[in-house]
Amino acid sequence: MIQKNETLLEIHDLSVSFRMYDATLEQKELQVISNLHLRVRPGEVVAVAGSSGSGKSLLASAILGILPSNASVSGHLHYKGRELNSQLQKELRASKIALVPQSVNFLDPLMRIGPQADGHKKPYPTEKRREIFASLGLDERVEKLYPFQLSGGMARRVLVSTALISEAELIVADEPTPGMSLSQALHALKMFRALADEGKAVILITHDIDLAFGFADRVAVFYAGTTVETAPAEDFCTGPEALRHPYSKALWRALPQNGFEPIEGFQPYAGSLPQGCLFAPRCPMATDKCRCEKPPVQDIRGGEVRCFYAT
Amino acid sequence: MPILKRSCRIIGKNLIKIVSLLLAVSIIAFALVCASPVDPVQQYILGLGTAVSPERRAAIEEYWGVGQPPVQRYLNWLSKLLQGDMGESSLYRRPVAEIIGERFVNSLALMLCAWVLAGVLGFVLGCVMGMYQDRWPDKILKKICYILSSVPTFWLGLLFLMIFSVYLGLFPIGFSSPIGVRAEDVTIWQKLHHLILPAFTLSLMSFANIALHTRQKLIDVLESDYVLFARARGETELEILRRHGLRNILLPAVTLQFASFAELFGGSVLAENVFSYPGLGSAVSAAGLNSDVPLLLGVTLFSTLFVCVGNMIANVLYGVVDPQTRGAER
Repeated sequence: MIQKNETLLEIHDLSVSFRMYDATLEQKELQVISNLHLRVRPGEVVAVAGSSGSGKSLLASAILGILPSNASVSGHLHYKGRELNSQLQKELRASKIALVPQSVNFLDPLMRIGPQADGHKKPYPTEKRREIFASLGLDERVEKLYPFQLSGGMARRVLVSTALISEAELIVADEPTPGMSLSQALHALKMFRALADEGKAVILITHDIDLAFGFADRVAVFYAGTTVETAPAEDFCTGPEALRHPYSKALWRALPQNGFEPIEGFQPYAGSLPQGCLFAPRCPMATDKCRCEKPPVQDIRGGEVRCFYAT
Repeated sequence: MPILKRSCRIIGKNLIKIVSLLLAVSIIAFALVCASPVDPVQQYILGLGTAVSPERRAAIEEYWGVGQPPVQRYLNWLSKLLQGDMGESSLYRRPVAEIIGERFVNSLALMLCAWVLAGVLGFVLGCVMGMYQDRWPDKILKKICYILSSVPTFWLGLLFLMIFSVYLGLFPIGFSSPIGVRAEDVTIWQKLHHLILPAFTLSLMSFANIALHTRQKLIDVLESDYVLFARARGETELEILRRHGLRNILLPAVTLQFASFAELFGGSVLAENVFSYPGLGSAVSAAGLNSDVPLLLGVTLFSTLFVCVGNMIANVLYGVVDPQTRGAER
């Protein structure tokens, strides 16, 4: 039995910003992730949901320590209780944390699939890779192909296979489903679910939220570079009354099957974040307090939420 | 074998292009000669310095088709050309084909050395610059490349002559073999000794270009999604260069290298003149200055052929090596 309480990855108060030059060549800091909290336990799928531009993909890079050189990171990351610094990240990248990237563009266009999936570590895990390919329904001849010869679904499975070959404990899947048919997407999500059931932890970054609800244990809702709410997946299936944050509720209502109801305004741009709660400008129940102060993370009904008025 | 078939098709297509281009170049070159005040017959007789026999004169006039309309003259000349008769140089008093053959061997040695040197050095330094992007090795090398590509080749050649030949006395001042030694007694080492400085000068011309291109291409590769994924999988920078970098920049580098034949030929005209090196480049400038029409036309056509073949090799290589081009053509 897997210990569900032991935390594999703990992200505490993570902020990521980029040094940029504006039109007047003045240097400024562009904050793309602010005060983010996330906890992942072995055997669990945590879906990270949110609209485009909310910093989801950068979270993956931050965990792996592969952000571009003009990015600066503050806050704490802990892996199995150890401080996740760049030294440890380097160690874990090769073995314990695996990324499943978004698209075929993440495969070297001039390298055949077989050696590419094997990776750089010798001895090459060719036998094991062949078994995994077979289990994913990838034909033997696929290993001789180049990435441009793969179909979208095949490319996806090849990308997933790299995580399986690595024997990672934590898998960060960055939007694995866009561009797939419903059945392909369901199949991909099932694969991640199966990985979690084997005792691995999966962070599933996605904006196919409704699909993710069915496969995740918990859902973290991203808004403008932070997690506004982390709740058990059942709460999202139940409906807005079970949710805690006004943005999560709005997101739920905006789904096609739940009324397709949009809310006013748009997500703030990373260069012009509001001072207080990031959602305050669009929130129907915002008060002056929300506009000046950042709400802390509160534990409410088995979920975490950043809102002064959450119930 | 599909690769063989594909190469044959590419070569076939390119051959048609080359032939039509050569035809066009011959027409334009001949038209320019016709339009110029230079009279090849007069030039030949003047160059001789003595009177010519009437039979000889008639033979020359017949070759150039004196008294006939230009189109007829061109066709005459072309049919002789196709039979291998490129005329006789008024400057050297020898058949043009013979001069080109002899000079080309000298030039080829020079250009080949410069070409290999520029290619290898440019590629390696380009990789170093790309790996150290915006750090000091890159900054220094980039400045050197910019300086080299903006300095004229002949000036650099003169500078090298002054420093290495005159002050330091390390290399000879000119020619392809020592003065006062019979041609059959010249050793390969003496020839190489004469070759080093001109080849190095010539290589510096295209070297900066290749290095800067390689650098940019490597930077593009290092910023790509697949390198990000390679980093996420724990590959070190050196492994990334070996596994993904070289693989992805080699193709454009090879193409660039073969496409640089034209530049190389242009550069050799200057380099050969500065170093008094008896190659095609110095022959063409001598022919131009002395209104040696047959030689000029001959070298023009020959250099066209040379550059076209270089480009064709680049095309064939690209088609054979790049799996994506292979796939696209299927």
